[in-house]
Order: sequence, then structure tokens, then C-alpha cells
Amino acid sequence: MSYFNTTLAITKRELKVYLGSPLAFVFLIAYLILSGIFTFTLGGFFDMNEASLSSFFNWMPWLLIFLVPAVGMRLWSEERRLGTIELLLTLPVTVWQAILGKFLASWVFLMVAIALSFPMILTVNWLGQPDNGVIVSGYVGCFLLAGTYLAVSCLASSMTRNQVIAFIFSVMLCLGTTLLGFAPITNLLSRWISPENIEKVANFSYLSHFDSFQRGVLDTRDIVYFVSTAAFYLFITSLVVRQVRAR
Amino acid sequence: MIKVDNLFKSFGNKQVLSDVSFEVAPGEVLGFLGPNGAGKSTTMRIITGFLEPSAGSVEVCGFDVATQALQAKETIGYLPESAALYEEMKVGDFLKFIAEIRGLTGASQSQALERVCEQCHLDRVWHQPIETLSKGFRQRTGLAQALIHDPQVLVLDEPTDGLDPNQKFEIRELITKMGRSKAIVFSTHVLEEVEAVCSRAIVISAGVIVANGTPKEFKSRTPSGRMDDFFRSVTLADTANPLSAPSAQSNSETHA
Repeated sequence: MSYFNTTLAITKRELKVYLGSPLAFVFLIAYLILSGIFTFTLGGFFDMNEASLSSFFNWMPWLLIFLVPAVGMRLWSEERRLGTIELLLTLPVTVWQAILGKFLASWVFLMVAIALSFPMILTVNWLGQPDNGVIVSGYVGCFLLAGTYLAVSCLASSMTRNQVIAFIFSVMLCLGTTLLGFAPITNLLSRWISPENIEKVANFSYLSHFDSFQRGVLDTRDIVYFVSTAAFYLFITSLVVRQVRAR
Repeated sequence: MIKVDNLFKSFGNKQVLSDVSFEVAPGEVLGFLGPNGAGKSTTMRIITGFLEPSAGSVEVCGFDVATQALQAKETIGYLPESAALYEEMKVGDFLKFIAEIRGLTGASQSQALERVCEQCHLDRVWHQPIETLSKGFRQRTGLAQALIHDPQVLVLDEPTDGLDPNQKFEIRELITKMGRSKAIVFSTHVLEEVEAVCSRAIVISAGVIVANGTPKEFKSRTPSGRMDDFFRSVTLADTANPLSAPSAQSNSETHA
């Protein structure tokens, strides 16, 4: 059996688990309601008086910090709690196939959820003439950001049998890294750190890289940043899962 | 077909296995006996590639479990202890998933599914979620999962645990039937099971093999001629003094 087919079999199984449980629908509804509230009330969609989705994208990093770990927290901790990790890792499956299969399933689910916000695109196109290129690039940024948060959640999930701990740990990691580029925090840090160094620190933040997508700039450096950060977290996950075996 | 060589395993400071070696040939059913915590499950987890040994090696069908893990795993069917399965899946979907991972597609997949459904009598619960199954059906689903690719090697960790006498009988029949062509290792607490099914048995106690022979040989070593007397004589002594046994053979002889 080819490498790809095994990964795909795992992805299919995980997706079925999502769609077969109420979690998927609770998640979708929560996401759509919250993104609506953030965009139209807190984001001031109408006050801005311009045909753009910036009020929607502005809030995405903060909303996803809580929603992505909710999707990713069960990936490994449930396997560990139920003992099914023993079954999975004694099948002819490599650790990487298992990690990628699980990651892909959750990522696809998240992308579908984000894509379901499409009525916003219709609304804004109906009300005015937005730059749809900027909107597309914003969505690409959301997909990449969700993937990176998800890789963090994978790692947190692999480290514990307890889903709640996995959730809290990944929220903290995502939030911490995001805040490094959040203006109030960087302003505060600027009292002690020189501006060049602040910029270096802020460069590690998801926010700094997400910003350019929001402005409609698809920069390879930002794409490389998200992909490599996700790969880094998945790599650490693979070490943790291997450690479970040598324990 | 299974070759276990000088296996050592420790968890932290705790030595769980010391110098465990044995072989299983095709057509042989090896019973794995021992008190709780003796190292039965650990040995099986190492054979199936779930745990890594601290030292020593395992070869299955000529493949080294450490370096040729995938090839080795393809030849093994494994029933983990207390059959941890994906609870939320339906029996049929679960077995289909395992078949896909095992590389079975199309007609060969449906044939395999039909075969294990019949072998393990799962037709009644095929569309039922695993979490709603009784212990007996759960265990049979686990067994079906291990049999789906018709493996050359079967590793079964307490396959009859928690089953009623009829179900135990059925599983034993199945093991006996399959034992004619495959190499089977199964662990159990039930001594009469060993007499009924195994061509050979190993007794492990505190991580050391204390006896290795046929059930008949074991019985002849006690004055009463009973399996449980033999079991007690080799395991009680070793629980008191875990690493005293220099080798399996000499130790079991002292107690005979």
C-alpha cells in the first residue's frame, strides 16, 4: 500500500469521527455565530463604510486561537486515553503517516468551517465593490493560520491523555506567540527593548505575518513562515509520539 | 517465524524483562503464562513493535521489528489487551478502516470482511457502534481486526479474558484451527486453556522465563500431575526472589 493511501485512510477515518459527532455541528455553529458577532458589532463592519472584509479578518487570529484547539485537542490525547494508540501504531503505519493523516483531517474540517463564512463575501459584494483579490488572500491567510494553530494543538494533544489540558496548553501557546506581535504588547516591550529587537521578536508572531495576507499581499516569506512553523510543531509531535513508544 | 532474542526492558529504574528469549515456528501455538505484572503484555507489545526494547531484538517472518518495522507489522495480527478499539465507529466501518490500512481494496477487501464476519460471528452487530457492544462482541471485533489480512503471525493478549464459557470455547476452537498453519502467541491466566490449545507454553515470572515446554512436560514435573500446582511452584518461588533463575530449564527442573 502506498504511503499516500495509508495517510488518506487515516484522514478519512478522522473526518468521519468529526462528522459523526455533535462536536462538528457545535463547532460550526459557534464559529459562524462568533465570526458574525465579531465582524458586525465589535469589528464595526458598517461604521467603516467601505466594501471590505477587514473587520472579519481582523478578528480571525483571536477567534481561531480558541476554536482551533477545540478541534485539535482530541487528536492524540483521545488515542492515548482509550489505548487505541497501541492499535494504531502496531498497524503497518509510520508515525508520520499517522500524524499527517490526523492533521489533514482536522485541517480540512477547519478550512470547510472557514469557507462556510462565504455569505460575508456575498454580502459585501452586494453592498459595494470590494477588492476580491484581497478577500481571497485573506482567506488563504486564515487557512494557513488555522493550519499553524492546529500543528500547535497536535503537539499539545500528543503530550497528555487529558483533552482539557491539551486545549488549555495549546490556547496558551497560540496566544503567547500571537501576542508577541500585538501592538499594545510591543509598545509595552519597547520600554525595555530596542526597536530593532522588538521587530525581531514581533516577527515570530503569527499576527505580523497574517497582516500582509489581510492587506492582499501574498508574500512567499509569510507562506514559508506558516508552513515551516507548522512543520516544526508536527516534527516535535513526532518526537513525542515516538517517546510514548520508548517510555 | 517469531524469534525473540535476549530481550531486556526497563521502565525507569524498574526492570520489567530480563533476558527473555524464545522462538515460535509456523503451526505452533505458544501459550504465554504468568502472574499479573510478570511482563506478558510488555513482551507482546515489543513483538508487535509498539514498545521499543531496552536491549535485545525481535524478528518476525525474517523482518527485524526495530529496523524493518513496516514489513514486520504487515505479517502480524495483534489483539491488544482488553481490546482497545475506536469506540465511536461501527463494527463494519472499523473493520473496513483496518482493511484499508492493511492494503486490502475492492474485491479482496469485501472477501476479507465477509470472512472475518463469519469467523468471529459479527453479522448481528455489524452496523452497531463499538461502544454499545458487550465484552464478548468487543473481543471478537478485536480478533476480527487481527485476522483481517490473514496474517502468518498472530499475537493475542488475553483473547478469552472476560468471556463466558461458550465464547471462550469458540475462541479456543478458532485458535486451534488457525494454529495449524500460523505461528500464534497468546497470553492467558486460564491454565486449562493452555492444555486445551497450546502445543507449547512459556511461564514468565517477574520478567524472567521460568519454564518452557509442553503442557504435558509441565504436568509430569509435579507429584500431583496438575498444571496449577506446577504454575504455582515455578511462579511463587520467583516472585519471592525475582532474578534468581539462571536459566529457564535449570530453574524449572529444581522445582520439579
